[in-house]
Formats: sequence, structure tokens, C-alpha cells
Amino acid sequence: MGMQIAFFLFSLIAIVGAILVVTTKRLFHSALALVLSFVGVAGLYILLEAEFLAALQILIYVGAIAILILFAIMLTRHLMDPKARAFNEQWWVAALVAGFLFLVLMAMILRVPWPIKAAAVPENVIEGLGSSFVGEYLVPFEVASVLLMAALIGAIIIARER
Amino acid sequence: MVPLSWYLLVAAALFCIGLYGVLARRNAIGILMGVELMLNAVNLNLVAFWRYVNPSDLSGLVFAIFVIAVAAAEAAVGLAIIISIYRNRDTVNVEEVDLMRG
Repeated sequence: MGMQIAFFLFSLIAIVGAILVVTTKRLFHSALALVLSFVGVAGLYILLEAEFLAALQILIYVGAIAILILFAIMLTRHLMDPKARAFNEQWWVAALVAGFLFLVLMAMILRVPWPIKAAAVPENVIEGLGSSFVGEYLVPFEVASVLLMAALIGAIIIARER
Repeated sequence: MVPLSWYLLVAAALFCIGLYGVLARRNAIGILMGVELMLNAVNLNLVAFWRYVNPSDLSGLVFAIFVIAVAAAEAAVGLAIIISIYRNRDTVNVEEVDLMRG
């Protein structure tokens, strides 16, 4: 029972945060709501017994990406007049498309018999993750590090003053 | 235990909300925030499937970590592009950035 309550609480935080992200007119507030939504998803990871991923979520999304977005908003802020329209003319089409997609996904999710296995999580998940990064997934791991390096250099070169 | 489909429904809701943000926002940073929400929904799906379908195989978690790494790279480059556009054209409104319109 406690599990269900925690699930509802965290998913409420995640979804309310997400709705605030796309509906608030002031971009700064929606960035703060984005942090709320990320924290809710981190809570859901803890309920799924992926504590390592929850820690990563807080560190990378809340600690890095959200802060980066806040910086970008503050660097470009004086343009965003709070009285200006925050949404384009097709916002109702967008709402229709998103709502329809949700209905389709919901119908599929409730219809498909998912192959659920009631197995316990292995005790040494982090150890297993570490050894799969230098074993089975060595090449994707190295490619990801090259990608991060390229993104780092590319971001500096693109954003630099000429 | 909470059924798997509840997690999938939450992830679907997050994905659709993010999609709405991407399609309806005029500010480029708002669009980027919608993309981040969608990536989060995908990650939630990956972790939920890992937990419920086969927890002894860690590939779901590994994939989620790669998605986080790619999201970090995407956010860094995307915001750099937005700042560069702001500097050159004095706007972050995607409706005014139509240099490549036919």
C-alpha cells in the first residue's frame, strides 16, 4: 500500500511539474518546474529499485542540465517580454496531437500482455553496470565518451564570441 | 507492487506533455525543455521494463545511462546554438529564425 501511495505522489510531482513546464508563460518558472519534474522521475527510479540511476538523474539533470537551461534563459532574458505570446498559433493542433498520441499509447499499454517476470533485483547492480561498461558495452561506452568530448568542444566553439 | 502499466502510463503522459511543449512553444529554450521531458519519459520506460521484465540483465539500465549521456550532449550543443543565434540575430523566437525557409 505504501508503495502505491509513493508511486502516486512521485508521478503526481513528475506530471504536475511537466504540465507547468509547458504551460507557464514565464520561461524561468517553467525551468524551475522542470527541476520539479526531474525530481519526481528520480523518485520513480527509486521505487523501481534503480537507486544508481536516481542519483545520476539528480546529479546530471537537476545539477547540470537544469542549471545550464537557467543560465541560457538568463543570458537571453531581456528579450522575453512576459506580455508576449509564449505559444504559436498552432498550439491547439499541438494539444490535439499530444492528446491523441496519449490516447493511442494508453490503449496499447492497457491491451498488450507484458511479459512480466517477478524476479528480484540482483544485489550488485552497480558492480554489474561497471563490468558491463568495460566488457559487453565497451565500444558504445567509448563512443559516448567521444560524443561528450565533441559536444564539449563544439559547444565552446559555437557559443564563443567572434 | 505497482503494476508495470502504471509506470508506462506515467511515461506516456510525460512524453505527450513534452511533445506539446516542443510543438507549441515559440521560445527555442522552451522547445529544448520539452525535448528533455520526452527523453525523461523514454528513460522511465527503459528502467520500468528492466525492473519488470528481466532485472538480472542490466542492458536496460545501461541504455538509460547512454540516453542520459546523449541528453547532456544535446543540451550543451543546443543551448550553445541558441546563444549563438541570440548573439547574431537578437532573438530566440523560432518563428523569426527562418533563414533556411524555402
